[in-house]
Amino acid sequence: MPESSAVAPQYASIPHRDHTAELGMWVFIATEVLLFGGLILAYLVYRHAFPQGFAAGSRHTEIVIGTANTAVLLTSSFLVAWAVEIFSPATSKIVTWLLVGAACLGLVFIALKALEYSGEYDEHLVPGINFQFAGPKANGVQLFFIFYFIATAIHALHMLIGIGLLITLAIICRRASTKRHHTALHSAALYWHFVDVVWIFLFALIYLPGRSTS
Amino acid sequence: MWRQWIPFWQPGLSTHSGDVDLLFAGLLIVSALVIGLLFFLLTLFCTRYRAGNQTDRDHRVKKSWHWEVSWTAASFVCFLGLFIWGASVYFQIYRTPADEHDVFVVAKQWMWKTQHPGGQSEIDALHIPIKRPVRLVMASQDVIHSFFIPALRLKHDVVPGRYQDLEIEVDKPGHYHLFCAEYCGTDHSGMIGEVVAMEPSDFSNWLTQQAPSSPLASEGSQLFRELGCSGCHGNGSAVRAPPLEGVYGKPVPLSDGTTVIADDKYIRDSILMPRSQVVASYQPVMPSFEGKISEDQLLRLVAYIKSLAGHQS
Amino acid sequence: MSEKNYLTTDFTLRSWFLTTDHKRIAILYFASLIFFFFVGGAAATAIRIELATPQADLVSSDVYNRLFTMHGIIMVWFFLIPSIPNTLGNFIVPLMIGARDLAFPRLNLMSWYVFMLGGCVTLFAILAGGIDTGWTFYTPFSTLYSNSYVIVAAAGVFIAGFSSILTGLNFIVTIHRLRAPGLTWYRLPLFLWSLYATSVILVLATPVLAITLLLMATERFFGVGIFDPRIGGDPLLFQHLFWFYSHPAVYIMILPGMGVINELVSCFSRKEVFGYKFVAWCSLAIAAVGFLVWGHHMFVSGQSLVASLVFSFMSFIVAVPSAIKVFNWTATLHKGSIHFDAPMLYALAFIGLFTIGGLTGLFLACLAYDVHATDTYFVVAHFHYIMVGGMVTAYFGGLHYWWPKITGRLYSEYWARTAAVLIFFGFNLTFFPQIILGAEGMPRRYHVYPPEFQVWNVLSSGGAAILAVAYLMPLFYLGYSAFFGKRAPANPWDAPGLEWQTSSPPPEFNFETQPVVTREPYQYNERFEAEPQNA
Repeated sequence: MPESSAVAPQYASIPHRDHTAELGMWVFIATEVLLFGGLILAYLVYRHAFPQGFAAGSRHTEIVIGTANTAVLLTSSFLVAWAVEIFSPATSKIVTWLLVGAACLGLVFIALKALEYSGEYDEHLVPGINFQFAGPKANGVQLFFIFYFIATAIHALHMLIGIGLLITLAIICRRASTKRHHTALHSAALYWHFVDVVWIFLFALIYLPGRSTS
Repeated sequence: MWRQWIPFWQPGLSTHSGDVDLLFAGLLIVSALVIGLLFFLLTLFCTRYRAGNQTDRDHRVKKSWHWEVSWTAASFVCFLGLFIWGASVYFQIYRTPADEHDVFVVAKQWMWKTQHPGGQSEIDALHIPIKRPVRLVMASQDVIHSFFIPALRLKHDVVPGRYQDLEIEVDKPGHYHLFCAEYCGTDHSGMIGEVVAMEPSDFSNWLTQQAPSSPLASEGSQLFRELGCSGCHGNGSAVRAPPLEGVYGKPVPLSDGTTVIADDKYIRDSILMPRSQVVASYQPVMPSFEGKISEDQLLRLVAYIKSLAGHQS
Repeated sequence: MSEKNYLTTDFTLRSWFLTTDHKRIAILYFASLIFFFFVGGAAATAIRIELATPQADLVSSDVYNRLFTMHGIIMVWFFLIPSIPNTLGNFIVPLMIGARDLAFPRLNLMSWYVFMLGGCVTLFAILAGGIDTGWTFYTPFSTLYSNSYVIVAAAGVFIAGFSSILTGLNFIVTIHRLRAPGLTWYRLPLFLWSLYATSVILVLATPVLAITLLLMATERFFGVGIFDPRIGGDPLLFQHLFWFYSHPAVYIMILPGMGVINELVSCFSRKEVFGYKFVAWCSLAIAAVGFLVWGHHMFVSGQSLVASLVFSFMSFIVAVPSAIKVFNWTATLHKGSIHFDAPMLYALAFIGLFTIGGLTGLFLACLAYDVHATDTYFVVAHFHYIMVGGMVTAYFGGLHYWWPKITGRLYSEYWARTAAVLIFFGFNLTFFPQIILGAEGMPRRYHVYPPEFQVWNVLSSGGAAILAVAYLMPLFYLGYSAFFGKRAPANPWDAPGLEWQTSSPPPEFNFETQPVVTREPYQYNERFEAEPQNA
């Protein structure tokens, strides 16, 4: 094994190291699940207390942008999954482009998100900055938008980290694609898919309430 | 009831505190037995099996599961008993109070303000008659406080934004501590007062000796007019609003098809968040009084609306 | 010493501050924790001096409130939670499983830097003017009414949380993947079982604290009402979220201590731990059930009576595995050959103090009595019996036990035993009066108090003085021994664990050759029976 010198002393072999790294990523995702879990729990408690306020708040979100973003994110996840699937030294060029593509879609997501935020700013829907909402359900709507901004901001932060990871991997693949980067790519992909799954939950919780009945 | 048959047992200041004291004694006995057994075994083993002491160390217990199962089961049964005992007393303590002599308690940084139905108000003190349940309706003006009378073994947090009910009853006249038990800022430890329990005759004397003030309900009635409530809820007003006579304590049908009981909490919420629970067949037109009205004023309005309970619209 | 050990491989500052060696990182943590322990201890001392008289005579109420808040925050997040996992655990885990390092050494170093960043931010909050919310940050006081550095302190705790998560992640992965050949799960020393359970809590509970503090800080900073009743928010939701982390955090603090006690009791009785599998699974049971008891902090808050009923029941349930452990340790002594070295004195003190802590816990789990005792000194005494009497005692016991391995030196047995006995008596004198104070109804966090409580407070303050001296003693004799003590052999306690099979102190990568495990843990029997019994 020519690469065994590259293995840190605590590992017996490359597969040993790779399995260990993968488990590390899964444990990290477990902790992330509880991070969003706590937030979603608080959301559900208040949605239960203010069902109409949350529905009204939800109707003020941009479902077109939200849906477009869901499509963008699913596509980028698909590109990453494709890159993991075909990864080998021979395919490094395609893998690089797939990763760049996924990262670009991530940036599109962020850009659309920014557009959505600015729209909400214009509509005076940002609690703590310029929130104005007349009507009986103002309390519920404000709570809804507090959670909307916190949840999407934390999610966007995760997106930025993920984009950074994908670009770093793309650069590595372009320079020297060896088998040992497969685990790194695999772990980054897990993370990216996780961020994607979180978005699907947020999409359902943010954009869909109150749409079917009105 | 069976407490009085225990020899040398001092009855508590109230039924509840007596129950809690008995529970405490039970817990103490269990603890003493456990600690006694444990320390006896520790001492025994530590002396008999100290290194160098010639003693029988053969036939060590290897298979442990029946020991494990037995002390697991023993702990569980013992804990289950304590759980049931504690829970049954707890439900007695926190049972929903009957409509007795209502006293309103407003907590704010850092004082207790109590108000009797006759309008007598006190700061950091609460006078009550003995041998008669008193229902406290508690609200907080700012942060979370906790109403704690150690002599009665009784405590309840006072969380802002809601009413809390607590029933107290004292059997012996005397002065008892009243503490704030939930940390509430700079002068938390200064937020103390006393509960004065008096013979019923002394208590009614005390009530009459207090500075003459109008009953809470009539002050509430005055507020009802000053704040403009009567403009819509009064008889013959132009705007159609639900009449409030006879409402208190009765079920109210809501516009979303559900029904609520018009209790203190519902009336409070309807004043502060009038559009969250709108009475069926009325328009949601009432403005919110959030931020325009203090807890003291709210209590007076509630007392007024309650005083209308006997009237029929 | 011809062979180079981990302490002598390199002496540059760089080799310490950029090390990825788990043993050196453990030393870095150890030094930081000593600092935080004495900062938190200084605050405790000031509190006890103030409480010697009923009046306010040393500090003002505002300063007093800042003192107990600082004591709580520093001790919980910057001493107790990282204490055993990050010092003893960091040092011992790879040695115990026969690995050359933790799974992610650089993550381990990063966790120390993150921890120190969190510590510095918190210290800044304290020095800039302090924080007066109590360590629990209850809303709406923390968000709307407190005029102190709440957001900065919360940020410090928030950052330190990441360090906890990284440590927990590293331990979980290490214990899963890096065990020596032949080291099956049921051959793991029980210290590892309890650290594993601890890590699960660290990984699953800490993010909830992070999001809770974030919501609280957002509310305070932007003036929006997440927990503000005036716009329909619920202050109790904050308490639910906070205790969802903070009750499991109690088990983060005590489980590693229980783990250490297994090692000590077994070693100094020369006998395997009684009921190994029960004790092992009890750790995981405590970790799992510990997630379902948080509402027992809120029995008087006005939560529904049914919720209280469920939480009370679960609290009794979680006490069962703790009771099982105590019985098993006692049974381990049976027919052992008990040596009263300093670590064993700490272990016996732990069993006694933890039992009292656990029994007072039953009083508090009992709904009707909790109505009286919650938010009084009864609670203060209860959790100090668990946290200080339990965790800190176990920490000191473990420190003495592994000290020869860590430093390669032997400490003075005489001073170590004296300190252990002093800690035990000083502790009881400090905190037993507080149980009585609580039963008599003295509320906690009181700066001034009615004079009838003074007798017990004076006793408690006197005990605190003894305790302060006793806690300072190890600083001197252990510190002295680290440089001038007698050289320690590889296996001073004649113990079978893997960590004793390598030299003291261990070489940089722990083992010269990969150890292979062929036996169950705690096999003291053959050694004991082979030895002639000499009086």
